[in-house]
Amino acid sequence: MSDLETKPASSTAAGGQVNPSTSKVGTWLSHVVTDLGKNGIFIALIVVVVLFSFLTDGILLRPQNISNLIVQNGYILVLAVGMVMVIIAGHIDLSVGSVAAFVGAVSGVFAVTWGLPWWLSIILSLLVGALVGVWQGFWIAYVGIPAFIVTLAGMLIFRGLALAVLGNANIGSFPAEYRALGNGFLTDLFGEFDLDPLTLGVAAIAIIALVVQQLRTRKGRASYGQEVEPLVWFVAKLVLITVVIGMFAYALASYKGIPVTLIVLAVLILVYGVIMNRSVFGRHIYAIGGNLHAAELSGVKTRNVTFWLFVNMGVLAALAGLIFTARLNLAGPKAGDGFELEAISAAFIGGAAVQGGVGTIGGAIIGGLIIGVLINGMSIMGIGIEWQQAVKGLVLLLAVAFDVYNKRRSGGR
Amino acid sequence: MTTNILEMRGITKTFPGVKALQDVTLNVARGEVHAICGENGAGKSTLMKVLSGVYPHGTYAGDIVFEDEVVEFKDIRDSEAKGIVIIHQELALSPYLSIAENIFLNNEQRGGLGLIDWNKTNSEAVKLLARVGLRENPTTKIMDIGVGKQQLVEIAKALSKRVKLLILDEPTAALNDEDSDHLLNLMLHLKGQGITSIIISHKLNEIKKVSDAVTIIRDGKAIETIAKADVTEDRIIKDMVGRDLEHRYPDHTPNIGEEILRVEDWTAHHPQDPSRVMVDNVNLNVRCGEIVGIAGLMGAGRTEFAMSLFGRTYGSRISGKVFKAGKEIKTRTVTEAIDNGIAYATEDRKTYGLNLIEDIKRNISMASLGKLVKGGLVDDNEEFKVANEYRTSMNIKAPTVLAKTGKLSGGNQQKVVLSKWIYSNPDVLILDEPTRGIDVGAKYEIYAIINALAAQGKGVIVISSELPELIGICDRIYTLSEGRITGEFPIVDATPETLIKHMTMEKAR
Repeated sequence: MSDLETKPASSTAAGGQVNPSTSKVGTWLSHVVTDLGKNGIFIALIVVVVLFSFLTDGILLRPQNISNLIVQNGYILVLAVGMVMVIIAGHIDLSVGSVAAFVGAVSGVFAVTWGLPWWLSIILSLLVGALVGVWQGFWIAYVGIPAFIVTLAGMLIFRGLALAVLGNANIGSFPAEYRALGNGFLTDLFGEFDLDPLTLGVAAIAIIALVVQQLRTRKGRASYGQEVEPLVWFVAKLVLITVVIGMFAYALASYKGIPVTLIVLAVLILVYGVIMNRSVFGRHIYAIGGNLHAAELSGVKTRNVTFWLFVNMGVLAALAGLIFTARLNLAGPKAGDGFELEAISAAFIGGAAVQGGVGTIGGAIIGGLIIGVLINGMSIMGIGIEWQQAVKGLVLLLAVAFDVYNKRRSGGR
Repeated sequence: MTTNILEMRGITKTFPGVKALQDVTLNVARGEVHAICGENGAGKSTLMKVLSGVYPHGTYAGDIVFEDEVVEFKDIRDSEAKGIVIIHQELALSPYLSIAENIFLNNEQRGGLGLIDWNKTNSEAVKLLARVGLRENPTTKIMDIGVGKQQLVEIAKALSKRVKLLILDEPTAALNDEDSDHLLNLMLHLKGQGITSIIISHKLNEIKKVSDAVTIIRDGKAIETIAKADVTEDRIIKDMVGRDLEHRYPDHTPNIGEEILRVEDWTAHHPQDPSRVMVDNVNLNVRCGEIVGIAGLMGAGRTEFAMSLFGRTYGSRISGKVFKAGKEIKTRTVTEAIDNGIAYATEDRKTYGLNLIEDIKRNISMASLGKLVKGGLVDDNEEFKVANEYRTSMNIKAPTVLAKTGKLSGGNQQKVVLSKWIYSNPDVLILDEPTRGIDVGAKYEIYAIINALAAQGKGVIVISSELPELIGICDRIYTLSEGRITGEFPIVDATPETLIKHMTMEKAR
């Protein structure tokens, strides 16, 4: 049975100006086009990857480099998840780099100086992050000081506190379990293989879960008479995603397996993706960013939502600090320098709107990956840090300019 | 040189879903006061925005000829350079700047080194203020003078730009009688100095007082232009309404039950200046199935009353009691108000009512997301279904419920706002200016929705500044003036004259 014939009548209406006589091809095409538009950022990532695999003679896509890409950018991606939520609500957080450094230092005290068990150190550190969020959220949500100011102050305060905790020295080295957060791999479960079976197994499960979930969503939508994309395009997209995951998993499996950082990231993306799309809290975040007054007059407790948003950001900044510290096996005073700007860039490159109300977790992750691939690719090519910096800035500017242009063209103001 | 300073020929302007102006022709003679008259949403303001370049050349069809020259304004600065100045209903003054600074905003009086010459600024401002008959210190901040005086400052600002054609968009809507008289006399005075003006108004007495000719606009078309000698109220009303007055409002047979909401001694103060009483000891009630109107001029405290009641979203030092079906309830937060079955649809859809960058579906569900939660998560399929049901039942004209509300016409946006509140299943709906900025056809639909809500036994409070509307749809009308209820009229006693008398009733001083 072809899906094209079973499509509910409402879908042609959605096609808008599509001529009825060419409607099948027309809707099919319009689907592809709108999808390309929606996933423009994903396509940009693919373009960047392809470009740099040529420029680096394929080094970019070597298993070890792919694994490195994840581990090196893990903490930025964790921050990007929290940052995009803050930005969607119409705020900003400049303090996350300092908070990450502060929590890294505190975790050094817990795990090394005091010698607490690694798991307790991690939990306590995350709690410290939450407390930082409580502090900042209080000023922003209940006192009404702009987030820019509060977190600018936080940037200084927590950088200062980090230095105070460290007392002009580095703290190291951390217990192995703690270090795994930044450096570890999920291997050795089944012994040594050329291709890690666990990685391949997890990838297979992930693909199956994804396909099942997509099918269920599609069925659910169709049963409610909602427009669904043409079957051909749906299948093509699933195949594409399957291939990408498969290749990615193959690369990881032929190196050291799944990095622990990736597991953490995957869980965050899943959980926060659901929160932003399907939970009342997430909906309220979009509502606040879209129109604060309208949200307030619709009964959204805007202050509480803002408060918890910053508590959440504090915890994620703490997690990023832990991952970074674990990776270096060192809590140092320079940790987290400039992280906030990378996370903010990731969110904006990923399509978040400066005025708030618009953005996605997935977009921010892809935005972060684009920066990561650019930097990684340029490093492999031997381009200096000075040019990397400049290119990073240029990409951010162009991404937002493209977004603004797009909106103006579609007539939105 | 012809006698006409302005000729607008065949102006047509469309917005998505609405034809706002259709082949409108307007001729204004040099040195006259020309009135433009029509209902809200007839297209008067749109026509003036076309003229002043707010809608730039190219976004409309037709020609504008000003002083015998075809003009193509790209923006408002272009039209001002030619001497066309428009003063909007919402005054464009910066509250924290002084009178003189506002007058010369973007036209600063400079001395040596290109710096602002404050002596010149203030002395020029005094001269301009004298021309409009306003005796105020030019260094007084705008926020410290009343609306009437602010209007005069706007006119002084226009004079500073060497205005040839002054457009006043409902200049007296927010003014009391005394200020209105002063303003109208000023227009005649300026006419003596050779300044042509266009006044948009639907107050017939002031049109008769100042204008040399009246053009009536209805449903985006210019109906006719009447010379002063031929102006009669009947003729204007007939042109404005264009149809039988009986059928502008859907039939409504009241089926009134028990009291559903009673407000006692409701008082609210200004949020920034708690010494100012904005809502003064208001007592009112609504019964099931009843449509109750609140009539008041701008600034009478209508919205302030509604918003202070609805979750204290306006004001400070709020006191009073609210009873629902005889039982006292609290409405201290919006959530509490919603939970107690009260809904408030704002007068300002774009600022307070809708998330314009979000789709219809998510706007409708906004106030009642809890209803859609299944297993801790929002059921977006159900949400789609619900939104689609409202799209059909409320006749929201949009291809799908995934359309962004920012792209809809005013009438359809208002239907989304109403859907949102109806979905929250309230017992009492407070609708603040429910038909503001909506075209005539959609107004009728909104009235029908209000009737349907009453027929379901809900209590409806309609706040409006359009008396015919209130008289057309309400069962009972309260008048509000200076924050106080000054009268209560069953619909049989509510004539425009008595209502206006009570709406303008001032406190004994």
